[in-house]
Amino acid sequence: MALKIKKVGVFVCHCGVNIASVVNVHEVVEAVSKLKEVSIAREYKFMCSTPGQDLIVKEIVEHSLDRVIVAACSPRLHEETFRRALARAGANPYFLQMVNIREQDAWVTVDKQKATEKAVALITAAVKRVQDHEPLPTREVAINKNVLIIGAGIAGIEASLQIADAGYTVYLIEREPSIGGHMAQFDKTFPTLDCAACILTPKMNSVGAHPNIKLMTRSEVVDISGYIGNYEVTVKKYAKYVDYDLCTGCGICMEKCPSKVPSEFDEGLIDRRAIYTLFPQAVPNKPVIDAAHCLYLTKGKCGVCQKICERNAINYEDTDKEEIVKVGSIIVATGYSFAKPEILKDYGYGTYDNVYTALEFERLNNAAGPTAGEVTLKDGRKPESVAIVHCVGSRDKNYYEYCSKVCCMYSLKFSHLVREKTGAEVFEFYIDIRSPGKSYEEFYNRIREEDVHLIRGKVARVTNIPVADEEKDKLVVIGENTLTGQRLRVPVDMVILSTGLACNDDVIPLSRLIKVATDKDGFFLEKHPKLAPVETASDGIFIAGCCAGPKDIPETVASAQAASSQALKLICKGSVEVPGATGYIDPDVCAGCKICISQCVYNAIEFDEKRNVSVINEVLCKGCGACAAVCPNGAAQARHFNSKQIFNEIDGVLE
Amino acid sequence: MVKEKTFAEEVQERSGQNITRCYLCLKCFVGCPMAPYMDIKPHTVIRMIQYGQKKELLKSRTIWLCVSCMTCGVRCPNGIDISAVMDTLKEMSVEEGLAHVSEKRIVVLHEEFLRSVKMWGRLHEMTFYMPLLFRTLDKVKALDLVSTFRSAVLLLSRLKLPFLPKQIKGIREIRKLYSKAYKTKGQMIGKE
Amino acid sequence: MEVSYYPGCTAHSTSVEYSMSIKSVCNALGIKLRELDDWNCCGGASAKSLSNLLGLALPARNIAQAQKRDLPLVIPCTGCFNAVKRAQDALENDPVMKEQIEDIVGFTYNGNLSVKAIHEVVLELVGLDRIREVIKKPLTSLKVVSYYGCQLVRNPQVVHMGDYENPMFFDEIVAALGAEALDWSYKTDCCGVDASLTHTEVANDRADKICSMAVEAGADCIITSCGLCQINLDMYQTGEGYRKIPVLYLSELMGIAMDLPNRNVWWGKHIVDPRELLKSRGLQ
Repeated sequence: MALKIKKVGVFVCHCGVNIASVVNVHEVVEAVSKLKEVSIAREYKFMCSTPGQDLIVKEIVEHSLDRVIVAACSPRLHEETFRRALARAGANPYFLQMVNIREQDAWVTVDKQKATEKAVALITAAVKRVQDHEPLPTREVAINKNVLIIGAGIAGIEASLQIADAGYTVYLIEREPSIGGHMAQFDKTFPTLDCAACILTPKMNSVGAHPNIKLMTRSEVVDISGYIGNYEVTVKKYAKYVDYDLCTGCGICMEKCPSKVPSEFDEGLIDRRAIYTLFPQAVPNKPVIDAAHCLYLTKGKCGVCQKICERNAINYEDTDKEEIVKVGSIIVATGYSFAKPEILKDYGYGTYDNVYTALEFERLNNAAGPTAGEVTLKDGRKPESVAIVHCVGSRDKNYYEYCSKVCCMYSLKFSHLVREKTGAEVFEFYIDIRSPGKSYEEFYNRIREEDVHLIRGKVARVTNIPVADEEKDKLVVIGENTLTGQRLRVPVDMVILSTGLACNDDVIPLSRLIKVATDKDGFFLEKHPKLAPVETASDGIFIAGCCAGPKDIPETVASAQAASSQALKLICKGSVEVPGATGYIDPDVCAGCKICISQCVYNAIEFDEKRNVSVINEVLCKGCGACAAVCPNGAAQARHFNSKQIFNEIDGVLE
Repeated sequence: MVKEKTFAEEVQERSGQNITRCYLCLKCFVGCPMAPYMDIKPHTVIRMIQYGQKKELLKSRTIWLCVSCMTCGVRCPNGIDISAVMDTLKEMSVEEGLAHVSEKRIVVLHEEFLRSVKMWGRLHEMTFYMPLLFRTLDKVKALDLVSTFRSAVLLLSRLKLPFLPKQIKGIREIRKLYSKAYKTKGQMIGKE
Repeated sequence: MEVSYYPGCTAHSTSVEYSMSIKSVCNALGIKLRELDDWNCCGGASAKSLSNLLGLALPARNIAQAQKRDLPLVIPCTGCFNAVKRAQDALENDPVMKEQIEDIVGFTYNGNLSVKAIHEVVLELVGLDRIREVIKKPLTSLKVVSYYGCQLVRNPQVVHMGDYENPMFFDEIVAALGAEALDWSYKTDCCGVDASLTHTEVANDRADKICSMAVEAGADCIITSCGLCQINLDMYQTGEGYRKIPVLYLSELMGIAMDLPNRNVWWGKHIVDPRELLKSRGLQ
């Protein structure tokens, strides 16, 4: 209890003209100087600047101040700055109270008198409150140096290699039978026209061979508990029905399997077997059995693969297993899916032959794809004319409002591949051409020079009903060249629909698991859109790649490297600082009703069965104060926001 | 066997301009002083070449209305000189016998100008204008006639139109030059 | 000093006052103009419109004559200037075209010919200091806009005249003569003269646009150095919605400042009479 009055120093900031143009700072300083608690009151143009902070430090030392008030901007901006200043002066950082006279005063009114009055009232409140501030300690908690990475597309692969090469253990979890993600499905990548597999597979092989990477394919994360530096992750390993210790990857089982299933990897354009690898360069290059389509597992028939396997690697008795891994940080790199908006059917998808989505066309182009890389129509002929439609379901309020960034570039890439492989005439219908990356404009120039017809105008419809001779047996794309004002009916053999990138279907349950929010489009929310793109509000959990928003491959790799550097930062520090402003439950007062546990969104409160009281885990606790609000008898308190401090503040305002 | 050139390829080669680079920013259209009078705007001309719409272009008024001020060329972000393309289209229009379709007066003016130069080595205004007028009487509007009359009066009264032509000494050289570079029937030499 | 001189077809007809004033100015500055022995028409717009080869061969014949002398070739008419520059550019940079032109004209290009526009004579061969020395009547009360037109400044890779959106070389000369060189936005907008003979409304539109904008900029007169631009603006401005404005040649302006004799003869050739303006400033 504070009996002695604490000497308070008040520092009022002008913030240039942000505060000073509305609040009469000089008047404020004069008014608060009259308060009995206030020892000194100063004003300064930019309190957060070095001389401003130095002023605070100097005054603390000179006047032996017990408490400090800084009346300036929002504490979200500079509370840390001023706390550090107090620390430099040798005072406990929690003896600071910031008063927001900018966002909550100068910026919300033009009435100078009212603004000045409010500033005085707020500072008075703070002066009263700060009397009861306690010197809260900060603690350090040791962290586990292992890292968990969810998702093994190019982002997950890159992040895992960075961390593993640094010498630390990575658990890389991938739900498909092989790593590689969507990039493994592509043929050539823009703007260099590098073969995707050629640049991806070396990295995939490095992952497969790396001693520090514990790769778990056909696995999913089902539970995460713990806190930064000390996570306990439950991984479900689905039954593969193939013993990887025995299997050599010879592939004979796949040849003999009689059960055919449309291949998801090839977008259903060709079949795979029930026992299969995802693609020829899969890592691990060993098959799994699709239990839902395996004749033996569903009907007890067949069993050819087991009979024919020379190494006896097939195990029909395999079951799902769970494994718990302990890690210090988690990188989420779960990637994206290709959007399949309803609008696709307006362009003939699913109705007419030879209308493809971008990913389907990508598979057609791939040398390991359904047509061995030949671009052909359904009847095997080479197309003489191809239309590529941009922005299908993108930049559209009715479907996906955002621009997916990469579709213009891959559409230009398609036109190049079509010209190269078939010599067909290519018509690209676009709204804008977005080519912002390195060498992207050059690529766009090149495509125009290859005599691709670029037409600015969104396609209205695709029809197969001809009105002229040249439209017979063709698909007719109906649109307009808005730049020349010409309405167009363009007869083509094939239509490619460029759709955007969307979030994965299961992003909501995943977001609950990792406790990272998503934006309205389903992409994970970063801590700050400009300054903290790979961190999240949950400390120790980072996001990389397209799960945080559409990106091209260079950006994805950069994002993965950024996330891995965040994880390595934690590992290097070795420990994490727990802030002092957490909650506290007084065990003598606590009745064990557990209401607080049900209210804590951070799962930070545990029940101590022996003592019959609730206990707060201070590492997990964010100091939100929800427990304090619901506690019926006041056992739970938010440190730095306790009742006495708050009542003092109210008194101060009403004065 | 060499594959036959498309119209676009031919125009590209003869004009020396990289037409495929056009991305229809319309800067040429906006800067062109003649655009308000053209039936096909400059940027549309480029697009029509890419589409192979040869006949429409060679029959248009546009190509003859271009005065080669080259404003389009210096402003095009892709470095395409549309006036050079227009010159090529003019030549092609003459080759295909389509020149007199839309802008007979302009084309006849050029023909008579060149005839006058072939005759004297230098332009003689009086004798060049008469055939122009008579060959295109059906296309002359009242406004043009009034204007011509006015111009004639103004210039003659200031003695700015010499009555007698002056033939240069080397007129034979000029005629030889013509026979090698230009046949009046509009056939081109040297377009291998 | 001595220069070769290519007058162009309009020098004795529609832009006769231009050649008169040039001769007078060069005489006063001690520049001897040696006309080419047997120059021919450069082909104008017509040659290059109907035949690319003819459009290069006709001006090339003048190059063939001029290169025989060891003198720079001065071409006052900017239309002819542009044609000769185009031919020279083809001869220097396009070996296939060079062969054809040389064959058609019957000469071999020796690459030693320097082609100059009239302002280059003033700025380079004479120099503004010398000009300032010979000024007797500084044009201090006169506000002038400089009209450069299109053929003098474009295409930059052929004519090499510097900035083609906002050139300043005429303005420098005008300022050296003591007049106020006004800034305006239509310095290099094409006057459309090639369409004027056949499309009166185009001629009127273009002349009106340029002249009215000059008046709006506060100019007393427009100066130009192209015979075709001058006659187009002079003859086809309607004065509808603006005061009619005299269009002078750069050499005529110099003639006033240098107080050269018989200027009245020049003024008599103009359509929009400059004498009222000049009298009011004491510059007739």
